[in-house]
This record gives sequence, structure tokens and C-alpha cells, in this order.
Amino acid sequence: MTRLFSGLRIALRALMVNKMRSALTMLGIIIGVGAVIAMIAVGSGAKSRIAEQIASMGSNMLIIMSGSSTSGGLRFGSGTVPTLTVDDAKAILSEIPSVRYVAPSLPGVAQVVYGNQNWSTSIQGTTPEMLDIREWPVASGRSFTQQDLDGANKVCLLGTTVVENLFGGIDSIGQIVRIKMVPFTVIGVLSHKGQTSFGQDQDDAIFVPLTTAQKRLFGMQFPGMVRTITVQAKGPEVMGEVEEEINSVLRQRHRIQPNQDNDFTVRNLTEIMSTAQETASVMSLLLGAIASISLIVGGIGIMNIMLVSVTERTREIGIRMAVGAKGWDILLQFLIESLVLSLIGGIVGIGIGVSGTLILSSLTQWPTLFSMQAILLAFLFSGSVGVFFGFYPARKASMLNPIEALRYE
Amino acid sequence: MDSLIEVEHLVKVYSLGEVEVTALQGVSLLVNRGEFVAIMGASGSGKSTFMNILGFLDRPTSGQYLLEGINGENLSRDELAEIRNRKIGFVFQGFNLLSRTSALENVELPLIYGGALPLARREMAKKALSAVGLEGRGHHHPSQLSGGEQQRVAIARSLVNQPSILLADEPTGNLDSRTSEEIMGIFQRLNREMGITIIMITHEPDIASFAKRVILFRDGKIVDDHENSAPAIAARGGGVK
Repeated sequence: MTRLFSGLRIALRALMVNKMRSALTMLGIIIGVGAVIAMIAVGSGAKSRIAEQIASMGSNMLIIMSGSSTSGGLRFGSGTVPTLTVDDAKAILSEIPSVRYVAPSLPGVAQVVYGNQNWSTSIQGTTPEMLDIREWPVASGRSFTQQDLDGANKVCLLGTTVVENLFGGIDSIGQIVRIKMVPFTVIGVLSHKGQTSFGQDQDDAIFVPLTTAQKRLFGMQFPGMVRTITVQAKGPEVMGEVEEEINSVLRQRHRIQPNQDNDFTVRNLTEIMSTAQETASVMSLLLGAIASISLIVGGIGIMNIMLVSVTERTREIGIRMAVGAKGWDILLQFLIESLVLSLIGGIVGIGIGVSGTLILSSLTQWPTLFSMQAILLAFLFSGSVGVFFGFYPARKASMLNPIEALRYE
Repeated sequence: MDSLIEVEHLVKVYSLGEVEVTALQGVSLLVNRGEFVAIMGASGSGKSTFMNILGFLDRPTSGQYLLEGINGENLSRDELAEIRNRKIGFVFQGFNLLSRTSALENVELPLIYGGALPLARREMAKKALSAVGLEGRGHHHPSQLSGGEQQRVAIARSLVNQPSILLADEPTGNLDSRTSEEIMGIFQRLNREMGITIIMITHEPDIASFAKRVILFRDGKIVDDHENSAPAIAARGGGVK
């Protein structure tokens, strides 16, 4: 223990003698550790943002759209003529046990007017289940009910962006807005949801009962039809199964012959998102790997300097050996020196990596996330770089012949 | 008299590439406890090689060397280091102090490798420094000391482990005659008062005259070995407490 302590003192003193050299050697490790920390922070920040977006979109979600999108036959019929009905949605819910919610919807874009303000936004005619699927609670007021649906009541829920643009600071609940000249009573305001991963503002939306949308807004040419049906499965493991069953149920209901194409398209949004998340993981791994290379280069710098240091201090090594230092003592002395070099570099690197990332993320609004594990890992990694690259020079020093070392000029 | 050093037919052959150089060709010697021996000889006579073997820094090609009955022949590098640490003190021509460390820490160095505790180390080092007349100078760095003082620090370092033998390789080679006499005075006093066995290499007859026994090397052999009936008395250094 006392040997270790005096070894530490000897190492610190040796490093202090060549301050500039020690600092420059550390710089390699500092940059390496800093880069690793910053890259991992950026990578996991991106990952967690995507995870948030998945959660905000709703989990285990499938979207069925009208029209087909056969790419082989080049028939991108999606969205031309609505082919789905509310009954299709009901059939899916009743015939497929792994489905938790279905929400048929009829979306459109329309001008909304309140007083002298107007705003063009997307209108979703849908059922209350839509908000359950997307885990999107009402912040104030109430959601619409079965009665609203049955009576095709002219009520609406506003997203926060719409509220800001139409009402400014005024309380919007109970006010009348006009959508396509039809007056609607605002019954509730939705909570803030943020952007999708594609940069679309989810809060720029108005929800109205499906029946109202069909009768008053968009559905006049095709009564009873809906454009999309949103389906939530009971768990991620049944997604594939549900997708297949939807296909067979709808093909049967739409009387599609085996050699005919679907007149609808099923999209697994969660799958798309998890692909995005996987991409982010791979990216952050890649960034971390590239940063690790700079850490290794820093380690080579340490090895280089330690080799110089051993050569420079050959005579000192000879003296120590003559008065009774064993190979182990010399090995430990130089190993401690490179370890101190790399660990101090590691600590400074962590500081610079963390503060640099914080500054960068506050300037560019990039999401970043620090984990204690990543920081600890970078620190331990820098320590092992010190041991790994310090070992060869230290071993070389410990193997010196004392007579030759003493004679070295 | 019990013999401290027993050397028999010591041979050392260096191979420099294809050429083989015989540095020692069959040296035999007995040194008793309490002797003060000067080894003389021209450069290349093998005296330094002999000294390295005596100090367990080098191994003989053949022949036998026993220090207090210990044979280094089959010992590992680390075991030899331990013997050097406990039984041998070195004094070199170039002082060989660690330049960035204080005098006291230089003296402590063998104790660190001997595993002594810090407080005991400090005490012993201070005692050794005052034995060579440098009490109170412990915090000075070698560059702040004169050549003679540096050599005295080196002597203190060689003494601090209470070794069986002190080996000095041209200890006055870098010193002027006045300082040389001082160092010789210290050697004589250590030998006389503390009974320390000293073997010293020198090529100066003046310096050798302070020893009690003088051995002459030539071409790797001992050609002369005689008692110095009346060693010179050093006027300086001996009085240092």
C-alpha cells in the first residue's frame, strides 16, 4: 500500500516535470473521451426522442387506408375513392380478438374561422377511441361521446396549435368556430402532443365526431364511407397476426377474388417507427465507434510518450535497480504514470464532453441524453487504455539491464 | 577472521558480436569483515566488471562468488535485487542521485524498495544524512548541493540499509583533491567507527593510500595484493559527526 502511494507520488512528480508534454499527451485522451461522451449523448438523445414520438403516436398501431398501393402493377390508388366503411371497422373489432380498439376516421383539410381569425388545419372526423389509441387525453373540457356520434352533433376538440392561432389568450371552451361555414361548439382542448418524427405538428388538428364529418363536411359524395381505420392491437407480439387477419376479413367483406388486388392498404406504423429507432441505435453505435478510434489514437500517444520517458530516464531506472528496485517496482512506477495520465485525461474529457454537448444542444436544439453508465464506461475505458498502452513501455523499463542502464548517458 | 567475500576462479567473458572479450580470467579473492580495500588498475583491467559482479549487478561466466555465504548463481533478477537492497551499498563516480528528488528522498530510496514504513524511513534517512555530516540539508535538491555534498548524499544512501558491504566505483573521480580527501575521511571513519567493510575502485594512488589493503588488477587478473601498513590519515571529513 505504501509502495503504491509512493509510486503515485513518483508518477505525479514525473508528470509535473514535463507539464507541457503531459498536457499534450492527455489531450489525445481528453479529445477521445470527450468525443465518446458527446457522441453517446447525441445518439441516445435521438433514440429517446424517437421513443417519445412512438409513445405519442400510440403504440401497436395499424392504419388501414382506402385504395391499393400495389407497386408492382404501378397502381397507387390510395385515397382516390373511399372503400372502407364504419361496418368494416366494427367487423374488425368483433372478428379479431387481438384487437383492442378501432377508430374509423374521415380526415380532411378545411378553413376554420373564429371571429376575425382564420386558420387552415386538418380536420379528423373520428370516434372517441382515436384518442385512446393515441393516448391523447383532453386537457380541458370534455371529449365527445356516443351521443355526439349518434346525433352527429356539431361539436369539436381543438389541438393546442389551433387554439393558439384562433383564440390567442381567450378561453376557447364553449365558443363557436366555423368549419367550412358550419358552426361547431368547442367542447374541449387536447393536451400538448408535439411533433411526429417526420416533423409534422400533431397539435395542428381539430377532432369532430365521425358522423358529423360524414354528413356536414367531407362525406357528402360517399355516404357512410371512411378513409382510414386506425387499429390498436393488444400487444406488439400480435401485430403481424392482426395485420393478416385484417387482410382476410376485409378481402372477404369487400368480396375480392384471390387474383385481385386489395382495395385497401394496411400500414404498420409502429414497425416504421421501430425501424427508425433501430437506425438511430446503429447511428449512435457508429458514432461511438468512430469516437473510440480517437481514444485509441490518444492511447498510442501515451505509449509514444511513455517510451520516450523510459529512454530518457534509463539512468534513473538503473539507479533504482541498483539500490534494490525489483522489475515489478519499475513496471508499477511507469504503469501508474500512464494510468494517471489517462485517468486525468479521462476526467477532463468527461467534463469537456458533457459541457460541450450541453452547449451544442442548447444552441442547436439537438436532443441529448447523458447516462451515468456511458460516463463511467468512458472513464474506465480511458483507464484501460492507459494500462494497455502503458504496459509495453513499462515492461520494457522493467527488463532493462541495470549495468547498461547505469552507464546510459 | 570470518570472510565476508569469497571469490574463486571468477571468469567473465563478454561477447561483442563475434569477438569475445575476456574481462576477468580467473580471479580469486577473500575479503574479511571490516576491511577497507582499494582496487587499482588501468582502464580495461577488469576492475569495474569485478565490481559489478561483487555488487550482484552482473553474473560471472564461471567461477564462484559468495557474499556472506550467498551464491547468486541460481537466483532470479528480483532475488538479486533484494540482495542488493539489503546487503550492498553503492557509491558511483557520477553520484547517480535522482535529480528531481530531495536529498532526504534520495537517501530513502533503498528503504522504499525494502518496504519500510514512511515514518521509520524518514528517521533512518535523517540518521544516515547526519552520519555523513549533512544534517539539516535533507530538503535540498542535488542541483543545490556541491559535488562533495552530492557524493555524501550518495554515501548516506548506500549506508541507510545497513548493508554488509559498501562498494564504491571511483568515488572521487569527479571531485577535486580537497573534496576527495573529505570523502576518504568519511570512508575511514565509517570503516573505523562503524566497522563497515568498504571496497573501492580508484586509479589514483593518492586515494588508494587511504585504504588498508590495495589490490592491483591487470588484464583481468590480480597482479598485486598487499596490506597498506600505514594508511594515509585524511585531515578532513573524518571529524564530521
